[in-house]
Amino acid sequence: MTQVIGQALQRHEDIRLIRGQGQYTDDMKLPGMVYAHIVRSPYAHAKITAIDTSRAKKMPGVVAVFSGQDLKDEVGLIPTAWIPPDADMKVTPHPALAYDEVRYQGDGVAVVIAESPYLAQDAALAVDIKYEPLKVVTDPFEAKAEGAPGVHTEIPDNVAFHWQAGENLDDIFQKAEVVVKHHFRQQRLIPNAMEPRSALAQYNAAKGELTLWATTQNPHIHRLLMSGLLGIPEHKLRVIAIDVGGAFGSKIACYPDEVIVSWASKKLNRPVKWTETRQENFQVTTHGRDHVQEVELAGTRGGEIQAIRVKTYANMGAYLSTAAPGVPTILFGLIINGAYKIPHASSEVFGMLTHTTPVDAYRGAGRPEATFLVERMVDLYAQALQMDPLEVRQKNLIRHEDFPFTNAFGLQYDSGNYQETLSKALEIFDYPKFRREQENLRKQGKYIGVGLSTYVEMCGLGPSEVAGAVGFQGGLWESATVRVHPTGKVSVYTGASPHGQGEETTFAQIVSQELGIAVDDIEVIHGDTQQIAMGWGTYGSRTTAVGGAAIHMANEKVLEKARKIAAHKLEVNEEDVSYDSGTFSVRGLPSKSVTFQEVALDAYLAWSLPPGIEPALEGTAFYNPKNFTYPFGAHIAVVSVDPDTGDTTLLRYVAVDDVGRIINPMIVEGQIHGGLVQGIGQALWEGAEFDEQGQLITGSLLDYALPKARFFPKFETAHTETPSPHNPLGVKGVGETGAIASTPCIVNAVMDALKPFGIDDLSMPLTPPKVWQAIRQAQGKESLHS
Amino acid sequence: MYTAPFEYRRADTVDQAVKWLQDDPDNSKILAGGHSLLPLMKLVLAQPPVLIDIGRIQALKGVRSEGDHLEIGSYTTYQELVKSPEVDAFCPLLALSAKTVGDVQVRNRGTIGGSLCHADPQADMPAAMLALDATLVIEGPQGTRTEPYDGFLMAPFITNLGAGDILTGLRIPKLPQGAHCVYLKRPHPASGYPLVGLAIWMTFEGQRIGNCHVGVSGIADLPFRARHLEDFLKGRVLDDKTIKEAGPLAGDEASWEKDEYKENLLKVYVMRALSQLGELAAAKGQNAKS
Ligand SMILES: Cc1cc2nc3c(=O)[nH]c(=O)nc-3n(C[C@H](O)[C@H](O)[C@H](O)COP(=O)(O)OP(=O)(O)OC[C@H]3O[C@@H](n4cnc5c(N)ncnc54)[C@H](O)[C@@H]3O)c2cc1C
Repeated sequence: MTQVIGQALQRHEDIRLIRGQGQYTDDMKLPGMVYAHIVRSPYAHAKITAIDTSRAKKMPGVVAVFSGQDLKDEVGLIPTAWIPPDADMKVTPHPALAYDEVRYQGDGVAVVIAESPYLAQDAALAVDIKYEPLKVVTDPFEAKAEGAPGVHTEIPDNVAFHWQAGENLDDIFQKAEVVVKHHFRQQRLIPNAMEPRSALAQYNAAKGELTLWATTQNPHIHRLLMSGLLGIPEHKLRVIAIDVGGAFGSKIACYPDEVIVSWASKKLNRPVKWTETRQENFQVTTHGRDHVQEVELAGTRGGEIQAIRVKTYANMGAYLSTAAPGVPTILFGLIINGAYKIPHASSEVFGMLTHTTPVDAYRGAGRPEATFLVERMVDLYAQALQMDPLEVRQKNLIRHEDFPFTNAFGLQYDSGNYQETLSKALEIFDYPKFRREQENLRKQGKYIGVGLSTYVEMCGLGPSEVAGAVGFQGGLWESATVRVHPTGKVSVYTGASPHGQGEETTFAQIVSQELGIAVDDIEVIHGDTQQIAMGWGTYGSRTTAVGGAAIHMANEKVLEKARKIAAHKLEVNEEDVSYDSGTFSVRGLPSKSVTFQEVALDAYLAWSLPPGIEPALEGTAFYNPKNFTYPFGAHIAVVSVDPDTGDTTLLRYVAVDDVGRIINPMIVEGQIHGGLVQGIGQALWEGAEFDEQGQLITGSLLDYALPKARFFPKFETAHTETPSPHNPLGVKGVGETGAIASTPCIVNAVMDALKPFGIDDLSMPLTPPKVWQAIRQAQGKESLHS
Repeated sequence: MYTAPFEYRRADTVDQAVKWLQDDPDNSKILAGGHSLLPLMKLVLAQPPVLIDIGRIQALKGVRSEGDHLEIGSYTTYQELVKSPEVDAFCPLLALSAKTVGDVQVRNRGTIGGSLCHADPQADMPAAMLALDATLVIEGPQGTRTEPYDGFLMAPFITNLGAGDILTGLRIPKLPQGAHCVYLKRPHPASGYPLVGLAIWMTFEGQRIGNCHVGVSGIADLPFRARHLEDFLKGRVLDDKTIKEAGPLAGDEASWEKDEYKENLLKVYVMRALSQLGELAAAKGQNAKS
């Protein structure tokens, strides 16, 4: 059998995407289509005192202008679909268009619908709205203070939820030999997918059906939620998301804009399209991260970590976005011990409302925030002990024989050999040699540093029972149909919804390998609720671990039936038929054989099928995973810091990752590179900022520093492959690892470089002015101890 | 985002463009490469009712060598400057600067005239214009006139061009034989525009600095010529001591809001640019130091 799994096949989807032949939502044009432009609040917090649409309605080409009052009683509130249990959560009412109060800059207030997008925008300027500005709070910690401006009158203290996990650790901390305390600011990030969001709704009045093309990572979840809020039954609602140009979590949420065009299409009986501008993308598409964290670590003088606890103020923005509450709780609070065998841990999280853009999942979603704090704390602990951070890691990493390992919160880590990834990284990077060089260079006034990150993450979301237990308002299994056509060609229908990750290729590889047919004979179909029975979408690095596993099970059903048909044709017992590379043959009589294609044709002709076998050949499976999967690895970054300018230069980046079994090494490599770039971006360049009035001052690519390719050295990547026992393919997940591991790795490296100055922490991003000021202040305080 | 409605006209000659512009100066705007104007229009920060496209006017394009200077059409793109043999032979500092602007798409469309008239204090080209003593050729209601580039910028995004004026070209004196040039830029990590851009040319007389011009862009309120620094350098040996002492001088004559980091940055970049010049000179045996 030729090996297809494990081959670096080129991405099947790239040909159409590179040639501009993809089908993105904004590419769609329908007869009679009109265009929506949403009028947004320039204020972060204000009362709407008057809206006058009469001038706009008279503008050329304008079809309609609606305000929040028009929608208020006709569509439901934008939903929050993750309700962590026992967290006293209060769901913030989120109307599709604000009608009494606006709560962040960009909150929608009215919608203009016109014959062209240009006319819609022109008319939007003619919608007269009077606001009475109100006091603003943007910081999650300040939002908790007595007397802070309120975001929702229903929630006077701005605490949307208060979630806790773990035990009371006061005793342990009191008795501990060493306690390290630290505050971290996980700054807010703006996802910036290449394709901004877009939605096109077409209502068919004759049938009472609505079709919605939308940039979503999870069309079926959208259908479910939209059905509720629009009052259109699920079987009359179709959501389509064929090509989606990246998302990073920002296209999970159910957004007001999609609801507005859907409602308007029904109201006007015309197709209505809305496409976000890049500025709107900055302003209203969900942001990520934004925590204030108070962390404590207890350990022995010998370097053994005993306990870790965190109190986090997580900024949720002005409304609780669809999956948002699960991110700083379940996906963060339960894994703050990272890859270490820390017997005691506790997490406490306040979900804070502020007058800012709603925050939701962003590549890594919770796990980068957790990994950052534990990886940084390990370094600070090592420093407190005057011990090398590598040694502290080696002492505390979970050992191979500890698996399956259960952490202090009850998460069961599937499989791993953390020491092996670390050793492999140390084979690539000569650590003792680096330390010698570093010492020499310091004497010459040159500052280089090394950072480590020996991370683990939980992904492959996830078992549906757990989804229920943690308050996720959906299942997390996945569906697959493998449909063999009469000619033996195969269509694969997946409920996952890839949007750039390359599963049209990896899934075809799984089918090719398991059915023994050519990759080119397989088409993977996704992103259409009418073609695909059900699915939960693509996020949380779940697509291959859960969606891929479903395909594997569907393949098994196909083969089981095909084998029966082959045996019948070959006139032998089923047990006597072997299958290899697309051919069924009689054991011991290889010349007596029949191809997969012949079997497929027989199945459809049904002239002579074995008794009890139905015609046609396809398999459908619904796979519910046993548990999460836990990719891990060891990353090493080498930086130099220029004390003259504060510039950090990334000299080397070594990433050894174990993402379970690898289906397509090129795609895995691509995912790792992308993740690293985003994670390193957080450490060094990116950061959303609001001013005191709540205006987003990093609202464009002129101000918000998305990393460029030239900022990076060549990444040195390697792998170990520890199969996950939690799914039949042994895969874990790779979409988020880079973004999870790299941020603390870089900050650890910069802090290592700055050690001679006595600087042990700086907040991200580590911009040159910040680093330079810190060095200057340090030099002012004391002379160098080199 | 989309622009407000506007009327588009394409001029075939300078005269036609000038006439249209002078017909209704307050409502018309010249469109060159569009790489500054169109973004502003899309943000609805500019809403000119009439655009006059000068992109087809042959007379505004290209670089010619004329005696002691180069004659450069205002509609010459960055890329044409980078590729021009005349620029390479007589004013390589221009190409060194143009090469760092934006990306290849921007350099293929953006023009030198557009950049200068847009008057962004954070642009790259002003530094070289100042260092090279560029003269502007302007076509206006009173006919053709010339004026030095130094003084053209009144304030950020404001030049002394009249509403009916068109910039038609630049005159740039050829550099002295054997001049060494450096354009040292620190790009903003997001925008790529210079946080500081230093354009310097320098000649040597024996082992000492002969002439030297320094233009600074990006960092101060307006691009400026660092004349104190130039005066200090002339006649000195370009050694570590000179470089160290020269470092802070450009900052002393900058007009800006005090900011320790900026001051330091300019100092460090002046020193780095001078070191690079020192190396270039040393390669020619003109500077014993390196
Ligand atoms: C992505 C991007 C990156 C960029 N990066 C950089 C960078 O790194 N460094 C940098 O310096 N710049 C950068 N720019 C700006 C770029 O250099 C612009 O092209 C330039 O500033 C304007 O030239 P233009 O020909 O496009 O002019 P236009 O945009 O067409 O015009 C600009 C202004 O000048 C006026 N104008 C143009 N020509 C004339 C004329 N002949 N007479 C009178 N008025 C005239 C116009 O009316 C308008 O007001 C960047 C731009 C973009 C889009």
